[in-house]
Amino acid sequence: MTDKWISRLILGLTLTFLIGPFLIIIVAGLSAGETLVFPPNGLSLRWYLKVFTVESFRESFALSMFLAIGGTLVALLLGIPAAYALSRYKIPYGEAIKTIVAAPIIVPGIIVGLALLRYMVMPLNVGITMALFLAHTALVLPYAVRVVTASMMNLRSDIEEAAILLGCTRLQGFTKVVLPNIRSGVLAAFILGFVTSFNQVPVSLFLSGPGVRTLPIDMLAYMEITYDPSVAALSALLAFLSVGIVALAEKFLGFSRYV
Amino acid sequence: MSDQIVSIKKMTLAYGDTVAVPELDLDIKKGELLALLGPSGCGKTTTMRAIAGLLAPKSGAIFIDGRDVTRVPAHKRGIGLVFQSYALFPHLSSFENVAFGLRLRKLPSAEVKVKVEAGLSSVGILHLAARMPAEMSGGQQQRLSLARSLVMEPKVLLLDEPLSNLDARLRLEMRTELQRVQRETGVTMVFVTHDQSEALALADRIVLMKDGKIVQIGTPDELYNKPVDAFAADFMGFENIFAVDGEQMTAAGQSVALGFSAPKGHVAWRPGGVAVGSGAHSGTVIGRAFVGERREYVIDSPLGQIKADTPANEPSHPMGEEVAFDLPQASARILPA
Repeated sequence: MTDKWISRLILGLTLTFLIGPFLIIIVAGLSAGETLVFPPNGLSLRWYLKVFTVESFRESFALSMFLAIGGTLVALLLGIPAAYALSRYKIPYGEAIKTIVAAPIIVPGIIVGLALLRYMVMPLNVGITMALFLAHTALVLPYAVRVVTASMMNLRSDIEEAAILLGCTRLQGFTKVVLPNIRSGVLAAFILGFVTSFNQVPVSLFLSGPGVRTLPIDMLAYMEITYDPSVAALSALLAFLSVGIVALAEKFLGFSRYV
Repeated sequence: MSDQIVSIKKMTLAYGDTVAVPELDLDIKKGELLALLGPSGCGKTTTMRAIAGLLAPKSGAIFIDGRDVTRVPAHKRGIGLVFQSYALFPHLSSFENVAFGLRLRKLPSAEVKVKVEAGLSSVGILHLAARMPAEMSGGQQQRLSLARSLVMEPKVLLLDEPLSNLDARLRLEMRTELQRVQRETGVTMVFVTHDQSEALALADRIVLMKDGKIVQIGTPDELYNKPVDAFAADFMGFENIFAVDGEQMTAAGQSVALGFSAPKGHVAWRPGGVAVGSGAHSGTVIGRAFVGERREYVIDSPLGQIKADTPANEPSHPMGEEVAFDLPQASARILPA
């Protein structure tokens, strides 16, 4: 009897710890007061509405969307052929390549950010937007390769040969038979890539510059100057966006199979 | 010359530096059902892939219908292949699987529909046109795969181990089905198998291969009754094989009187050819199995382990019994070196 209550208590505390901050942020954003506090001073939607009127939020949101969508698309364009080659052919040092490709997942973002800033952006004088775009593409690439490789593994290679014997060229075999069968893997990779890029902080922190910031960096900057509840409101909105995307993905794709 | 659909000339196949098939010569006749038979690694599948164009020969040439196709890519050869795993397209319905190749030929959709339906009904699965491959049984998938290749009206239809993934009952059904399809369409069929009984039951002609080389080509009758060497004999069920020279044969390292004379080479008996109950030799029963119409024995004797069958209506010999047996000249297959 006591065992049961202890395990329930532990479960409750764990859930509180996981979900609590999320709830606090949502409620804090609903405050009617001028500063970010919990519990809030009265309730209103003013800060949720104000978020949409802040010019820098609009700009940085647009940049973040561009990086997340564009970077992920480019990563897929590079990652799908890479995943194809890694899963279909005996490539010398294939296993080593897979490990190296996965490196950005393991290496702390702060190191990647510093390295890119010091040895790419500064010596080569790369523009801020370009640097951010390249960095985000590189950060998403491992997920693209990994997730697409996983769905390629489930696909028998002889269906391509069957397609060829029915009159397909190699390329047609890929587009008509391979792509349709790894479609859900590609979509899962896109969503994972999007969320990874959109929520990226440490690398963007190093590479952001005057007037060009991703949304999370802009939020940090905003808070240093203005300590009002709009950051909480925006955080809550972004959290809902991420949760919504992942929930949809899970419903339609069985997303959790790939991650 | 005109009755050959495929002609292979001095074809060498290799994976990297490893030669799998050295300088193979083989003619396949139009409309025949040919089996490429051999143990795994004998080069039969490799040869089949080369005919399909999935593997480029290192040297030599392949002619189809008198045309040199050695450098023609697989998608332009007009060869069908039914894969061992069926290789159906999982994202397409069975109708669309069969329509796949026809659509690539840009046939008008009305014609595609007619051909697909004819194809599906020729293998008896027209009622499954809307099913996805994953919703079909193994036998149905096999039929679908067959229909998908047949609607393309291939010059040659290759089948990779067509019966190995089916259970015993389906195997018999599919065997009959393949023969019927072959008879009705007249398509040349070449199938690869490691199972001699499958080859014997299905083929017009059998090509027995070992280590990338052809050991024997012939009708099922010829291979079964007149294997040309010890390997062919062993593969065709002559399980008791001994080296022989004149009046003496070598068994278990000893010289034993043969009882008759044979040229230097081998002499072999099927288990059914060994006479159990009387004879010059004797041994102990160390294995026995009742398989319905006959009993199978393993007899441990000075000649080594002898495999022998007796009709089921003869008295049975219990384990451990000392039995006499004979290796008669009448049932011996003599294989000169």
